[in-house]
Amino acid sequence: MSNESKVKIALRVNDEPTEVAFAPHKTLLEVLREDLNLTGTKHGCELGECGTCTVLLDETPVLSCLVLGLACAGKRVRTVEGMAQGGKLHPLQETFADLGAAQCGYCTPAFLLAAEALLMSNPKPTRDEIKDALAGNLCRCTGYLKIYEAIELAAQRIQHA
Amino acid sequence: MHKVIGKALRKVDAVAKVTGATRFADDLAFPRMLFCKLLRSTQPHARIVSIDTGAAAALDGVQAVLTGRDLPIPFGILPVSQDEHALCVDKVRFIGDPVAAVAATTEETATAALDLIKVAYEPLKSFASAEDAVANPEPRIHDYGDSGNLHKLIDLEFGDADAGIAKGDFVREDLFFFEGNTHLPMEQHAAVATWSPDGKVTLWTSTQTPHYVHRALAKVLELPPARIRVIATPNGGGFGGKSDPFNHEIAVAKLAMITGRPVKITLTREEVFYCHRGRHPTLMSVRTGVTKDGAITGMHFRSLLDGGAYGSYGVASTYYTGALQTVTYHVPRYHFQGARAFTNKAPCGPKRGHGTPQPRFALEVHLDKIAEELRIDPAELRLKTLVPANSLTANYLRIGSMGLGTCIEKVVDGSGWKTKFRKLPQGRGVGLACSSYISGAGLPIYWNNMPHSGVQLKCDRGGGVTVFCGSTEIGQGSDSILAYIVAEVLGVDPFDIAVVTGDTDLTPVDLGSYSSRVTLMTGNAALQAAERARQILAVHAARKLEVPVERLAFADGRVCDAKDRKQGMSFAEAVQLAEAAEGTIGTTGSYTPPKSAGRYRGAGVGPSPAYSYSACVAEVDVDPETGIVRVPTIWIAHDVGRSINSASVIGQVEGSIYMGLGEALMEEMAYRGNRNVVHKIPSLLEYKSPTTLEMCDVVTYLVEDPDPNGPFGAKEVGQGPLLPVMPAVANAVYDAVGVRVDEVPITPEKVLKALRRKEKGEPARYGPDSFPDIPWPEPTRVPTPWEGGDGKSVERVHA
Repeated sequence: MSNESKVKIALRVNDEPTEVAFAPHKTLLEVLREDLNLTGTKHGCELGECGTCTVLLDETPVLSCLVLGLACAGKRVRTVEGMAQGGKLHPLQETFADLGAAQCGYCTPAFLLAAEALLMSNPKPTRDEIKDALAGNLCRCTGYLKIYEAIELAAQRIQHA
Repeated sequence: MHKVIGKALRKVDAVAKVTGATRFADDLAFPRMLFCKLLRSTQPHARIVSIDTGAAAALDGVQAVLTGRDLPIPFGILPVSQDEHALCVDKVRFIGDPVAAVAATTEETATAALDLIKVAYEPLKSFASAEDAVANPEPRIHDYGDSGNLHKLIDLEFGDADAGIAKGDFVREDLFFFEGNTHLPMEQHAAVATWSPDGKVTLWTSTQTPHYVHRALAKVLELPPARIRVIATPNGGGFGGKSDPFNHEIAVAKLAMITGRPVKITLTREEVFYCHRGRHPTLMSVRTGVTKDGAITGMHFRSLLDGGAYGSYGVASTYYTGALQTVTYHVPRYHFQGARAFTNKAPCGPKRGHGTPQPRFALEVHLDKIAEELRIDPAELRLKTLVPANSLTANYLRIGSMGLGTCIEKVVDGSGWKTKFRKLPQGRGVGLACSSYISGAGLPIYWNNMPHSGVQLKCDRGGGVTVFCGSTEIGQGSDSILAYIVAEVLGVDPFDIAVVTGDTDLTPVDLGSYSSRVTLMTGNAALQAAERARQILAVHAARKLEVPVERLAFADGRVCDAKDRKQGMSFAEAVQLAEAAEGTIGTTGSYTPPKSAGRYRGAGVGPSPAYSYSACVAEVDVDPETGIVRVPTIWIAHDVGRSINSASVIGQVEGSIYMGLGEALMEEMAYRGNRNVVHKIPSLLEYKSPTTLEMCDVVTYLVEDPDPNGPFGAKEVGQGPLLPVMPAVANAVYDAVGVRVDEVPITPEKVLKALRRKEKGEPARYGPDSFPDIPWPEPTRVPTPWEGGDGKSVERVHA
């Protein structure tokens, strides 16, 4: 309830030391959006069914609607806001923009982060490996095909960078 | 020759979307903002005896509680169906109908307050299906409509269809059922309202139709439209599901007026299923006469739509189940009967394809069966009966460019159709289907003579251009279309153009993102505004350069002599010259569709400035043990007239195939029937939709035959390519295992049941086997153009 006293944790959000106080029942999704104003992370169900709220927790994709904020003390959280560095887009952001992998853009932050985690662990994924890695993320606009192409192109560019 | 048109450019909002910078409605927050929650009916059909909100209002943190008495004025998207209330007044009509609204300082407090509201219901008999509603005229769900619980009854006859059918060498009748399904946008609907003490309401909302929301708010809140500002936030997916004015939008506006504070609502995923407005479950019968060669001699099509609890777009949806059968294949005589029933389920409305995917499924599977009986290849059958370009159909739809023949040839060649059809091993098959869709409805939702789309354009002396248009960006790229078209005409970089859209204070009216109207209509309005600006700039640039106006070229950010490109000036200098001579440089552009040829009652649904065409081949694998259908590849050819951005067009095609695949195989709005009509699946887990693991490969062919009514020749692409997917998959399942599933979705259970019947020697089919008796009205009889008709109906002479 709203009169519950807040708890405070320290964590790293997008490579920055961060302290945040929030009601202890809040999910990571709520803490990010409501207490840290990082609204780039979206929600589609808040039940762990759609993948739209995917962020990276210690480099691993998680559904931020199913993770308690309290459980993130001392951990590293990466959101879409952390992808572009120094005003320059991440290669995945470049290829998503170039190939039309973002239509309405609502699921895009989640796909970008899931893709980034995939490329960190598997720099040259096959089409089937990409499909497996993204099977928990729903997109209603693209039919996923432009997303696969954008990930493949970004993987190539990162390899040759 | 074009610098911008047709290129695979980035969308103008692409960077905002990939950085998370796009602000969707739920991303907005204001100081002192309150949170709204709606109490929803737990009864499918009941009279409201009493509502006690006392304890909720007394809860600490609750700022206001509303019930139906506070918002007594009805609304609805169509003038003929003003049957919704922001909060139910006397009765509830489905589980999920809102009865009370709370605004509180936190979402948790608002939710807790809902639990304190006591509603006493007196249950009424409820209806779970259209057949149920046909069989039971009482108790009526609404006190209006054509008969009992039948909301709308339509009977239109173009020529003597029975006589036409009888002239065929062969007559076939089939029954089909298309289960309802929903849009499932990833973004749940959200809205924020503010009230300022100077008497002005502002509403930010994830809507596809800010103009219609503006009108509904003015009506229900009894405020002058000039005191209401509606801002459509970028939609996180629409697909038709955000095209109605919604109860939650009105509730937050009223709560903001009462409390004087910003009020936000974000629907839960469960509530999005209650908003629905998705595909109508539709039972259909089609009877067609054909000659030995496959020419259609006449057709009788009947549809029965399950409308759910409210009117929504349903009258238009019902007409649409009959309107477009005639725009692909020549149907010389045509009889359409359509009925829409009210039931106690979430209201149905417009989903991608609006009322036409159901009849297209029926027609294309029906033709597959006819082709088999006639021993004609289904592709050949269709090619023989194509509607000619630049012609008028039996129901007075004016066809312009028509690329369906080319589309069929592309997918037949590309898929290897001739080596596969009826030749693949058992369990694997191919199916073909075609379709067509409107590029914008020819008539507005409410009757008026004003433009459907307006654009204002401002040229800045720094060389920038701002385009203002009421259109709504729902992910389809409508903002980018405006920038590309203006950039092409003025010869500037599209990324130097600022686009302001979907704001009733700032932008001229565009009717909204529905009916695949946006590229054609806003595109034409933008084209006109840009050409007018170019004319103004050209006069002054030509004078300075001492060349005739006609010799000027606008390209690469310059205005120059086309014969000597070095002689010229920057676009900014041209604006400065014009501004010095004439003052501020601004223009407008408007678009109104051509008048339709039909003048009978009901002729308003179906006409469009241009029709897109698609042909599709689906390849399937059917496992006879499990009934599971897998689709490895779909080949699709789409006649788009001309691509404004080829990457965006292919994106729309692929997205349509994806959504069609979901409808073909798994998506369904299912209810537990009987006395309690409970939604079985108000969650993403249970509402199955394709993931990366189910999505097929798509091979896309764009057919570009520019249509004279489209900007640069462009026609629609957002909806049409969805339509042939379901029938192509159904036809492929038959090719694979020899059973007909005349019902979507084609689930494993249905395939297995049909296979069992086949094994037992029964008809190898799963699907409906009867069509109920409907109290059809006297038909409106309209002589066809080839009978000398003038588009008007013939008055019946009563004895």
